[in-house]
Formats: sequence, structure tokens, C-alpha cells
Amino acid sequence: MMRTLPLPGFALLTALFGFGIRWNSHHDPHEVPSPLIDKPAPAFVLPRLDHPGQSLDKTSMLGRPYLVNVFASWCIACGEEHPVLMTAGRKLGIPLIGYNYKDDPSEAKAWLARHGNPYDQVITDRSGRTAIDFGVYGAPESFLVDAGGVIRYKHIGPFTAELIATELAPAIAALRREAP
Amino acid sequence: MMPELGQFSLILALLLAAVQGVVPIVGAWRGSPSLMAVARPAAAGQAVFVAAAFFILTYGFLTFDFSITYVADNSNLALPWYYRVAAVWGAHEGSLLLWILILNLWTVALAIFSRQLPPAFAARVLGVLGLVAVGFLAFIVFTSNPFARLLPMPGNGADLNPVLQDPGMTLHPPVLYMGYVGFSVAFAFSIAALLGGELEQAWVRWARPWTNAAWGFLTGGIVAGSWWAYAELGWGGWWFWDPVENASFMPWLIGVALIHAQAITEKRGSFRAWTILLSIFAFSLSLLGTFLVRSGVLTSVHAFASDPRRGVFILIFLGIVVGGSLLLYAVRSPKMIGQGKPFAVVSRETAILVANLMFASAAGMVLLGTLFPLLSDALQLGKVSVGAPYFGFLFPLLMLPVVLLLPFGPHLHWGRGDKGALARVAGRAAIGAVSCALVMWVLVDGQLKAIAGVAAAVWIGTGTVLFALKRCRAVPRGSHYPAEMAGMLLAHLGVGVFLIGVLLSEPLGITRDVRMAPGETQTIGSYTFRFDGVHGVDGPNWHAEQGAVTILEGSDVVTVMHPQKRVYARGQVQTESAINAGWRGDLYVALGEPMPGGDVAGAWTLRLYQKPFIRWIWFGGLFMMLGGFVAAADRRLRHPRTVAAVVTTPAVGESLA
Amino acid sequence: MTRLLWCLLALFAVSGWASAQAIDPLPFKSRVEEVRFQHLTKQLRCMVCQNESLADSNAELARDLRHAVFALMQVGKSDAQIKHYLTERYSDFVLYDPPFRRGTLLLWLGPILLLLLTAAALIATDRGRIPSRTQARQEEPW
Repeated sequence: MMRTLPLPGFALLTALFGFGIRWNSHHDPHEVPSPLIDKPAPAFVLPRLDHPGQSLDKTSMLGRPYLVNVFASWCIACGEEHPVLMTAGRKLGIPLIGYNYKDDPSEAKAWLARHGNPYDQVITDRSGRTAIDFGVYGAPESFLVDAGGVIRYKHIGPFTAELIATELAPAIAALRREAP
Repeated sequence: MMPELGQFSLILALLLAAVQGVVPIVGAWRGSPSLMAVARPAAAGQAVFVAAAFFILTYGFLTFDFSITYVADNSNLALPWYYRVAAVWGAHEGSLLLWILILNLWTVALAIFSRQLPPAFAARVLGVLGLVAVGFLAFIVFTSNPFARLLPMPGNGADLNPVLQDPGMTLHPPVLYMGYVGFSVAFAFSIAALLGGELEQAWVRWARPWTNAAWGFLTGGIVAGSWWAYAELGWGGWWFWDPVENASFMPWLIGVALIHAQAITEKRGSFRAWTILLSIFAFSLSLLGTFLVRSGVLTSVHAFASDPRRGVFILIFLGIVVGGSLLLYAVRSPKMIGQGKPFAVVSRETAILVANLMFASAAGMVLLGTLFPLLSDALQLGKVSVGAPYFGFLFPLLMLPVVLLLPFGPHLHWGRGDKGALARVAGRAAIGAVSCALVMWVLVDGQLKAIAGVAAAVWIGTGTVLFALKRCRAVPRGSHYPAEMAGMLLAHLGVGVFLIGVLLSEPLGITRDVRMAPGETQTIGSYTFRFDGVHGVDGPNWHAEQGAVTILEGSDVVTVMHPQKRVYARGQVQTESAINAGWRGDLYVALGEPMPGGDVAGAWTLRLYQKPFIRWIWFGGLFMMLGGFVAAADRRLRHPRTVAAVVTTPAVGESLA
Repeated sequence: MTRLLWCLLALFAVSGWASAQAIDPLPFKSRVEEVRFQHLTKQLRCMVCQNESLADSNAELARDLRHAVFALMQVGKSDAQIKHYLTERYSDFVLYDPPFRRGTLLLWLGPILLLLLTAAALIATDRGRIPSRTQARQEEPW
């Protein structure tokens, strides 16, 4: 028995590597699921990009679902995602909050002026301090927050039209069904 | 034209490898001397063509032939010639070619030195090596052609990754591969023994020098890699438990177990199947290392650019080689239960078995920790990271019994140990260890790790030195230390030296990140570091900001250190730390960033280290390496007449002669 | 440039080598605090890097998180509380020392299992040879 034991052990190992190759060609190894799903979104108070004197906070957003989209003018993938937000993103039927992450406000304004502004509101987090509470580790990232202020869905990396149709839109539809 | 010749050479080598892999084994099976005789010429031919391919690639680098994609990707006109040579193995395709070249070196060496082996056995061994070469040559020919053309030819190439432009990195891959690939010889011996079946334990004796030499090379390669990480990566660490490092460490651990298991099997005839299993594991783990580093399955700091297609190829290759060997083992090894000699609880056999148990388990633990993140993904248990704290906790625990047993190793007799003599050794080693620990207690102010380090080193050292002295007195001049024994003593002493380095450098070391303006000083331990500003310097293919840091002890200038922050051809930034090395410790300075808009002009961030005894880590490693080489040189293990004598008479103290 | 680079890192496009180190002077109150900080940040993983700790990484996020760790130390949080703070936001992935829970049972108990399995394998490969008092003879060690 002991003599044949190494064989199945090795077979398991091979299966694991096979899985690893498959998994890595479909998933990004850096993509770490957020532990904040189904937890209340962190309280935030952040200045608005257009009126730095005014700020937006979490309590004022309670009562309706919204999408927080982390972006920055220095982020290349955000540029890829942008046209999708301009079209499909605007048709979601919920407010789109742009979360300008570790960016220079004037560069962010210029970027939005150049590419168009899909957001209902844009808030800025220049130091990235609040982003840590959201568990942000790159851009773009998007959070779907429900009417009760709970994070229901997170997407890491750029949205594509297909992803919006297959993941985000159904998640929003589910939120609508919950709330009478 | 030349690159096509290179590719053609590789294809020819592949065909010859196939001949070398099939014909001699069939010959050995059918008992046909003419078929068996094909092995050596085929091996020689393969080696010639592989060497030709290797030199053509090197020539491409030396002559800036940017029409070869690989050359264009990894070198440019400004790269000095020595790094252009090193660039041959600076990325995936070329390093694979180096691997194959080294496999051929081992094969040719074996073809030359195997003439005293029974012809059928030698034919099988060379055949197995041919089959291994088939796998690697097919891999390079079908998935990783180093001679692929780039058209139109660019005017200049990219660059060799700046972290590789370092002497340590030039040396690290060839030496490491000598070790990895060297285990293929022990593997081939084992498979040949399984195939042949009729053999007694004689094959183990023939395999021993090859295993010792391979293990010595592997040790040297790991030491070079560790040194390079310390000097070049700039973090001042010498081991990170990164998957790539673990990939080389697992075969090393199994190699330690194998070297010792071979000693039991050869001298006592027992644990034959276990020795075979370890030989298979050692080489399998070498292959696994290649797989892990090149398939992109695991996330590592320093990995090759990965490609799933390559991953699939190596996985299939791995499946055939390892799966096939294990199947052969399952079928044939029951015949190998031998009449080994009995032994008592207190005996060298038992000590070696405990060491084998711990080293094999440690290798398993490292494998588990390295693969667990992947396993956790597969079983959907959540994403986890396993790193230094895990390995750093479990590895010392598993090694504790080994350290405790080590001083007795040489004193123990085969069969049944002399308990009185062992008790005397234990007493003296304990007295030495405890008294040194007490002295350390006062010196280092209760740093337990450092105290344990010194105690462990003295414990091992005393036992080993006592044995050396005993031999010196008891044995007539000229035969004090047979090479095999000298190698063992060196390697065991190396463990002690290594422990001093590891256990003292970490708790007693000091690391500080500081911001310094020119003229400012920082005091670390008994040294004062004075920052004297930064100026520009130019190298062959880089521009650097070079800092000057004067080290003072009291008011005496010890040295002036020059850490650099280099910018290479393609804009890659690379920090070159300045290291002032010494027996008692290193001083280490790395240059960070200029402080933007500071109050004082010319302020920079710097990292200052004092690392006591860190050099002992690599010296310990070099001792172990030397031990492997010296043991491999033992005449008893290769002398044909002795070999013949041993097959018929059981080994009883014959080595004293 | 660093930002761009970091964005690329964040976008998972980079494979290869990390070369710049994180030199980050912070105003520690004491040597003890500094050592504690160095030790703690070595056990935490940088999320966006290939395989580097917060202590070693030059990524901007790593720098932010180092500063967050430093700030938490300043308000008197323990190591466990700081780790909890990070895992709450970034999951257990940030810990190089995975906690003992159901999902990591195999990781932590595996080595014991391996030890037993290896011992069994050693005994099984050479049944009958295991220490026998009666026949063992003392022989020259070499």
C-alpha cells in the first residue's frame, strides 16, 4: 500500500497545477474579493470636485442605491472603462458617484472635460485615506451600495459593456425587487 | 543564417536525444551490446549540437544580432560584454537552453566515468538521461525557441533587466542549474536500478559521488542567489520564502535526506526503496521548481514572464516523468526489500532516519506552504497568503531534532552505538553550549534568539571537533580523514557557522530609515554614519546619483560608502546598495529619494543597516557546499576495484584502508 | 511616473522584478516602537505587488498602508487590532501569517500529518529492519 501511495499523491498535485493554469488564465491572481460585501459601506465625508468647499457624506446618500466608481486621471484602464460608463453606465438608473482617487483636482477636471463626465457627483480623496476604509487597492474599482448603505457588489478592474449587462445590471435589478 | 543553424542544432539534438533515450534501454532489455553501445555516441552528438546552439546564441549577443528576438529583448548596444554573456540566461528561453547544456555536461561526464559500470546498467542510466533531455529539448523547440527572428531588425535592443546586471546573478543560474540537473543523475541511477531489478545495492555506491556533487552545486547556487538578493534587491534580507526560493530549497532539503539515506543503503543494505523514492523526489522537485517558476501559477517576486501554453507543456512532461517513475517504483520496488543489517535504537541508522524524517517532512511543509494559496483558491476557501512568518515558525521546529542529534552523528557506530562514549560527547558539548550561552546572556542583554544561536553552534561544533580530534589521535597519520568523512565534518561545521549567522544577524541587527541632509549624522550601534551629499556618476549603460556616506567609529574614519540610485537605458530605476563587509558584521547603506522641497538643500532618504555576523550565513553555506564536493571526491566511491570487492563482500570497515 | 507605474501594477500588467525599495523615514517615538513597526509591516502583504511585504514595497498603496499602520500605532492600537483593521478592509490576504480557522486547517495541521505520513513511509519501506535489540552488532563507524 505504502508503495503505491506516492502515485495518487502526485496525481492530486498534478490536478492542482492543472487547476492553477486554468484558473490563472481566467482570473487575475491579484484580484482579491472584498470582505466588505454585505457590510455597511464605511462612513465617508469627502469634498466635491466641482465645489471643494462642499462635501458629500454617506448619510446624505441613504435611501437609494448608487454606484461608486473609483477613477483617476493617471489611470490608464480608467480611460478604457470611460466610454462604457458614458453609455451603458448612464442608463443604469441609479446615481453614479465618481470617486477621484489620489489625483490632482485640476488634472481630474481636465480629464473629465476631455473625455466627458458620466458622473452625477464627483468626490475627491487626494490622500487615499478614505479609500483604505473601502479597501480600494487600485483603480478602477466600483462599489454598488444599496438604499440602506450596505455594499452589495464590488467589481475590480474596468467595466465592460458585457460585464455591466451580466453582473451589474442584474445586481441593481435585485436591489429594486427588494425595495418595494 | 546563424540563428537558423542554432535552431537546426537544437532539432538535431532532439533527434539524437530520442535515440539516446530509446535504443540503449531496448538494448539493455534485449541484451544486445550493439544497441547498448549507441548510448555514448548519441550522448556525445547531442552535447555537440546543444553546445553549438548555446554558442550561437552567445555569439548573437556578443555581435548585437538584434534580428534575434531574444537578443533584442535582453540586451542593447550599451550593455557591457560580460553582461551580454550573462544575458544568454537572463530570461526564459536562454535559461532553458543553459539548463539543457548543463544536462548534457552531466551526461557526458557520466558517459566518460561510467566505463567500469556493468554495460547494461550504464546503458539504462544514459538512456534515462536521454529521455529527460527529450522532454526539455522538445519544450524549447516547440514552445520557447530562443532563435526566433524579429523582423524588421530594430536598431537597438531593449535591456537586460537591471536587477540581473550584477555579478551574483551572473553566477547564480549556472551553479543552481548544475545542482538541479545534477539530481537527474541520481534519478537516472534509481530508474535504471528499478528497470534492471536484478541489482543489489551496488548502484547506490556508484550514485553517491554524483549526488554529493549535485547537492554541493545546489548549495552553491542557493548561496549565490541569497547573496544576490541581499546585495541587489536592496532590502537587506537574505531569504524571503518566496515561491521561487522555495522551489530551489525543496530539492535541497530532499537532497540532504538523500545523501544520508544513500549512506545507509550503501553501507548497511537497508532502506533501499526509500533511497530510490528520495532520488525520484529530488529530481521531481527540481522539475517542479522549473514548472513553478515558468508557468505563472504562483505569484512571486521574481518569476519569468509566464505563458499558459508553456505551463501545460511542463505539466504534461512532469506528469510523464514523475508519474512514470512513481508507477515504476510502485511495481518494482517490492522486489527491493533487502536483507539490510539490523540495528539498535541507539545507532547511526536511527539518527540518520530521524534526520531523514525531519528533512523530508520539512520539504513537504515547504511544498504545502508554497502551494496552499493555490489550494485555497481551488477549494474556494478564500484567498490567503503564506509567507515568512509561517515558514519561519515551522521550519526551525522541524529542524530542532536535527540540530540536537548533529554532534553525535560522526561518533555513532553503525548497528549499535557506544552509549558511554556518546554520553561523554553530550556532556562536553552541553558544557560548551551552556557556558557560551551564559556569556552571550551577559553580552546581548537577554536576546533569546541570539543566545540560542550561539549555543546551537557551539553544541554542533563541539561534537564535530571532538570527533576530528579523536580521529587525529587514534588513526595513523595519512588516513586521518578519508574524503568522505572530511566532507561530512565540513558540512556539519557549516551548519554551526550558518546558525550563528542566521540567529545573530536578525535579533542584533539594526535597520533605520532616515532623512539626512549633507553633513548630518546618525548613530547606529558603535558607528556614526555621516551623509556627505550626492553627485552624479555614469556607468557604461546607466547614470546614477551616488551618495557618499562616511562611517566613523569614535573619531576614526572606518570607510566611505557609495550607495547609488541608477537609471538604466530604458529608464528603469535600480538601487545599488553600498556594503561594507566584515567578519563581525556588515554595514549596509541604500539610497532612497531626494526629499522634495525640504528645509535643507540636498536632503535624501537613506536606509542604514548594521547586520552583525550576516556573512556567516553564506560562509556556512559555502562550508556545506565544500563538504559536498570533498565527499564526492572520495576515491573509495569511484575506484573500480573497490566497487568490485564490495559487491561480493559486505561492508565492514573497509573504508579505513 | 511612479503613479503611472503603480497604476500598471494595479492593473496587473506587470510581471517581473521589483527593484526599488521602500525607504520611508517615520517619526518614531522610540527604538522599541520602530522595531515593532518593522516587525509588523514585514508580516503584512502588499496587495498590488507580486509578492512583497508592506515593509519592502515601494508601491504607493503600500506606503499609504504603512502610514496607516504607523498612525494606528500612535493612537495605541495593538498589533492584533492593527491586523484586524487591515483584514476588515482587505481580507486575510494581507496576512502572511494566515489565522487558524477552518479554511486553513490543512495548512496548519498539514505538517503534523506529513510527519506521520513520512514516518509511516519510512517504516513501511523497510519492514522488519526497525530496531531489533537482539541482533544488532556494534560496528566501526567508518
